[in-house]
Amino acid sequence: MNGGSQAATDPGSGRGGPAQPLLTVRGLVRHFALPGKLLGRSKAAVHAVDGVDFDVLKGETLGIVGESGCGKSTTARLLMHLINPSAGELIFDGEKVGSRELPLREYRRQVQMVFQDSYASLNPRLTIEASIAFGPSVHGVPRRQAVERARDLLARVGLDPARFAGRYPHELSGGQRQRVNIARALALRPRLLILDEAVSALDKSVEAQVLNLLADLKQEFGLTYLFISHDLNVVRFVSDRVMVMYLGRVAEIGPSEALFSAALHPYTAALTRSMPSMDPDARTEAPPIAGDPPNPIDPPPGCRFHTRCAFVADACARRTPVLTPAPAAVLPSARPDHRAACLMLEPGSGHPRAPAAPAAAE
Amino acid sequence: MVMQLPLTRPAAPVFERSEGYWSSVFRRLRRDRVAVAALAVILAIVAVALLADYVAPADPYRGATLRRLRPIGTAGFPLGTDELGRDMLSRLIHGARWSLLMGVTPVLVAFVLGSAAGILAGFAGGRINTVIMRSVDVLYAFPSVLLAVALSGALGAGLGNALLSLTIVFVPPIVRVAEAVTTQVRGRDYVEAARASGAGAFTIVRVHVLGNVLGPIFVYATGLVSVSMILASGLSFLGLGVRPPEPEWGLMLNTLRTAIYVNPWVAALPGVMIFVTSIAFNLFSDGLRSAMDVKR
Repeated sequence: MNGGSQAATDPGSGRGGPAQPLLTVRGLVRHFALPGKLLGRSKAAVHAVDGVDFDVLKGETLGIVGESGCGKSTTARLLMHLINPSAGELIFDGEKVGSRELPLREYRRQVQMVFQDSYASLNPRLTIEASIAFGPSVHGVPRRQAVERARDLLARVGLDPARFAGRYPHELSGGQRQRVNIARALALRPRLLILDEAVSALDKSVEAQVLNLLADLKQEFGLTYLFISHDLNVVRFVSDRVMVMYLGRVAEIGPSEALFSAALHPYTAALTRSMPSMDPDARTEAPPIAGDPPNPIDPPPGCRFHTRCAFVADACARRTPVLTPAPAAVLPSARPDHRAACLMLEPGSGHPRAPAAPAAAE
Repeated sequence: MVMQLPLTRPAAPVFERSEGYWSSVFRRLRRDRVAVAALAVILAIVAVALLADYVAPADPYRGATLRRLRPIGTAGFPLGTDELGRDMLSRLIHGARWSLLMGVTPVLVAFVLGSAAGILAGFAGGRINTVIMRSVDVLYAFPSVLLAVALSGALGAGLGNALLSLTIVFVPPIVRVAEAVTTQVRGRDYVEAARASGAGAFTIVRVHVLGNVLGPIFVYATGLVSVSMILASGLSFLGLGVRPPEPEWGLMLNTLRTAIYVNPWVAALPGVMIFVTSIAFNLFSDGLRSAMDVKR
């Protein structure tokens, strides 16, 4: 039984055809109600994810970045259906998740996740072989074949099955454990792999090894990655497209190089300027952004970023920006798939720097 | 000169097996001298209790008014005689049966019931958790001694009722421990990962929760055995548990207390046995706890 060659499929294949996004997220919302006073429900809620729309294209790596608390991990857990969304829907390869065509169980077989804490995500009482074989046996693969698949995957992720299959998680190093977690996630032969800070806890040299392993596996198994991280350099290295989140909303989304070289949103610009540089002459002297993100229990009205934005205008507190591409007049190199939620890009938004309304422009 | 390297075909992979969790616990437990000694005492008492008919030198029920309250070391009666002239050694040996029964049975039954309820509450969470935990809290409101006495009193004296009331006393604390440990385990990423792989609640509990939860609950329960023995002795002392002429340690302590000024050493013997047995259970439980507590 060869797990690799069977699972390796052309990333463009699948029911919906290559142009159909693998995963479409529409209006995803998750509010966490705060414990209320004695008797009676409280009205206050943490707006962890507050209206997020995006697509994950087949075969790509979509990076998600943002400060801690911006809703990255909540988004990942919502996509896995580990927590239920307050609103919004997921469409996986043209089929609504949870519908009769794609029941949750079947969806979960196709979407898997690697967690940040490599130790906490392995059952300390199970051998790593048993941990990897658990998923397939839940989905009806006979015990023997599940174990065989587990050993095969261990070899794929660079761990000699003869030496490692019978070991327990505490006998492995952090990097080895994360390889096991990747193998466990791949055991169900998923099409989409969500990597929630999967390499953040590893030291730098091990991190590089695991990133290379992920790149190889993506090729071999025809995977699509959703790569969540706070490390901008890593995200830039691995991602085809990047999505920037701020306080539960998408601030900017676009092709990786375009986004990092010509940020459209002031928040993204501040983030890219905060990236440490290898060049001692280009060191960051002044903090590009000050203060903490506002409280997600009571997020600011209008644009979420206006409390910390250098270009803030009166309109920012009144009007909620939508994702718009940069007008060609402002940025000739603008691409239609590079969009940001900023009033400065919206024609006629009332922001002094915004382009004129279309009617006036004509 | 060309050295010929021994080129052998690699042998078929030999799969290494790591030491399992329980064998590593056992290895650490064996190195803990106090725990080993405590276990030896427990095993000795269990063995004596099982073989009481063969080990006891005399009939524990046959008394003689002429040789009442003989001191320790009397010829033929190594530990003296009680207030009815019965052989103390034989009575203590036969009493081990009763005391172990009263100590272990309620805890064992409460362990099964309490674990089930606690794991259910911890894993289900939400409303089910609230219902189970708040009902348990009702029982928690009473001090355990008082509750045991009150229940036994209400149910009527007798061995069965004493066991039942002790079981009821021990269910709430075990439920609490089970619930706390399960809630903790439920939040771990490996349970999330198991949910993400599409496993049902029952499978997750069986594969991922039980193995990580039963150990700590069991350790806690072993610690309760000594409490149960002491409470059982207390019930018997009050006449609510085992009835005379049965040689239960608590009951013996009760009947001998009138002789405390006549022959204090003999009168103290059942108390010593209760003390030794319960401390052995406590020390063993402590050893088990540290052997199982692997912060890795």
